[in-house]
Amino acid sequence: MTAALSKLRDYVLGQLHQLGSMLLLFLDITKTAFTKRPRWQETIEQAYKIGWQSQAVVVVTGAFTGMVFAVQTYLQFHKVKMDTAVGPVVSVAMTRELAPVLTALMVAGRVGAAIAAELGTMKVTEQLDALRSMGTAPVDYLAVPRFVALVLALPLLTAEAMFFGIFSGYLVGVHMCGIDKAYFLSNMYKFTAASDVISGLVKSVFFAMFIALIASYKGFNANEGAEGVGRATTEAVVVSSLTILIANFFIAVVFSKIIPV
Amino acid sequence: MIQIQDLRKSFNGTQVLCGVDFEIQDSETVVIIGRSGGGKSVLLKHLCGLLQPDAGRVIVDGVDIEPLSEGAMTPIRKRFGVLFQGAALFDSMTVFENVAFPLREERKFSEEEIASRVEQALNIVDLAKAKDKKPAELSGGMKKRAALARAVVAQPKYVLYDEPTTGLDPVLADNINHLVLRMRDHFHVTSIAVTHDMVSAYKIADRIAMLHEGRIHAVGTPAEIQATTDPVVRQFITGTGEIQQEVRRGAETIR
Repeated sequence: MTAALSKLRDYVLGQLHQLGSMLLLFLDITKTAFTKRPRWQETIEQAYKIGWQSQAVVVVTGAFTGMVFAVQTYLQFHKVKMDTAVGPVVSVAMTRELAPVLTALMVAGRVGAAIAAELGTMKVTEQLDALRSMGTAPVDYLAVPRFVALVLALPLLTAEAMFFGIFSGYLVGVHMCGIDKAYFLSNMYKFTAASDVISGLVKSVFFAMFIALIASYKGFNANEGAEGVGRATTEAVVVSSLTILIANFFIAVVFSKIIPV
Repeated sequence: MIQIQDLRKSFNGTQVLCGVDFEIQDSETVVIIGRSGGGKSVLLKHLCGLLQPDAGRVIVDGVDIEPLSEGAMTPIRKRFGVLFQGAALFDSMTVFENVAFPLREERKFSEEEIASRVEQALNIVDLAKAKDKKPAELSGGMKKRAALARAVVAQPKYVLYDEPTTGLDPVLADNINHLVLRMRDHFHVTSIAVTHDMVSAYKIADRIAMLHEGRIHAVGTPAEIQATTDPVVRQFITGTGEIQQEVRRGAETIR
């Protein structure tokens, strides 16, 4: 019993320590981003890797989510003769929830893993020490460009996923399920507000910060050896994905108070 | 001058440095010898503030670096060039970009100046032809030489070498030894090398210090170290360690 309690205490303390260290890293990143000279070259390079190269994954995710959502909602709404409600349901769901969350999860898997693996490898091969020994802070050179690039890229990727999700939902709804085009579009415009899109994009900014912060933290704190880097990579993806899902609920609740539905 | 005073460091309860006291004078080459895993690299990393001691002080040119923040350490670190054990070249950059890195970070040199200084450094280590290669395309010796060029390109006051000749063939190892001597003679660099390669130690050192059980056990010129009667030092420099003696005893038993 005492051993179990002591294990539980160590676990809780360990988690609190990690949370505190992540918060300190976040403060360091934001302070460095605003006080040090911007590293445009590294930021653009990262924006290309993180944003541009993630497009295929995000477009496929958005498109197929929109398509399956259109089919499923049509099958249910058709029973009660509400076929034309498919348009607004798809567009509101895509803009408020599906596009930001699924894009963030895909990016956490693709980019979060890559960041943690790269920084982790740099840690275990003494490249981070080499940077520090030359008077360059790893946070400044490595974490800030990734953080800024993700915060810029993820909302754009989310917008892309929204567009392809709604567009493919439209194609499936109108051309496959036979919903009237005019009603589909008019209902969609009627029930989809700018605030739906904005709330989705704002959410994605938070998700981007979570992914960049968690992946950088896990990479910087990777243990020695290939196993350590592997664990850091897995943890980066798992922790950031869970954080996105949990934070999504709380952000949605806060937004529902601020932005009237 | 670097002064190390009662330096102590432990990792996960294991005491690695147990009160190191030592002084390194300007323009001298000091070689720190000792058994693998004995804390030599840990000691080296304390000199430029890459590790924080549990107790004790490291004083660089009169400044105690222990209480300094990462930001305040930057100007001190720029006085150092470090050759890491595994070279620690940046994978994503070419050899040229790696060597140019410390100069670009200074942000006070034009690209022409950077190119000329990098070419010069690469010529010294005989790597001018490999400047466009990535570290993954280099052999172990080439990586070490590229890392050496990077360590010295900004002409630091102190160069720290962590196992500079380990894993190299005797000819390459000798080349590295010559480079270390050249740095001292041409640029009056203060060099601190950590190694267990005694051939290299005798060749480059003005003074040799032996780290044993977390403390500096003996200090002397190469001649003094070679002539010492201290059993710990003799055991190390002649390679007749306890393990070898046990192996020898075992071999005799089998016979």
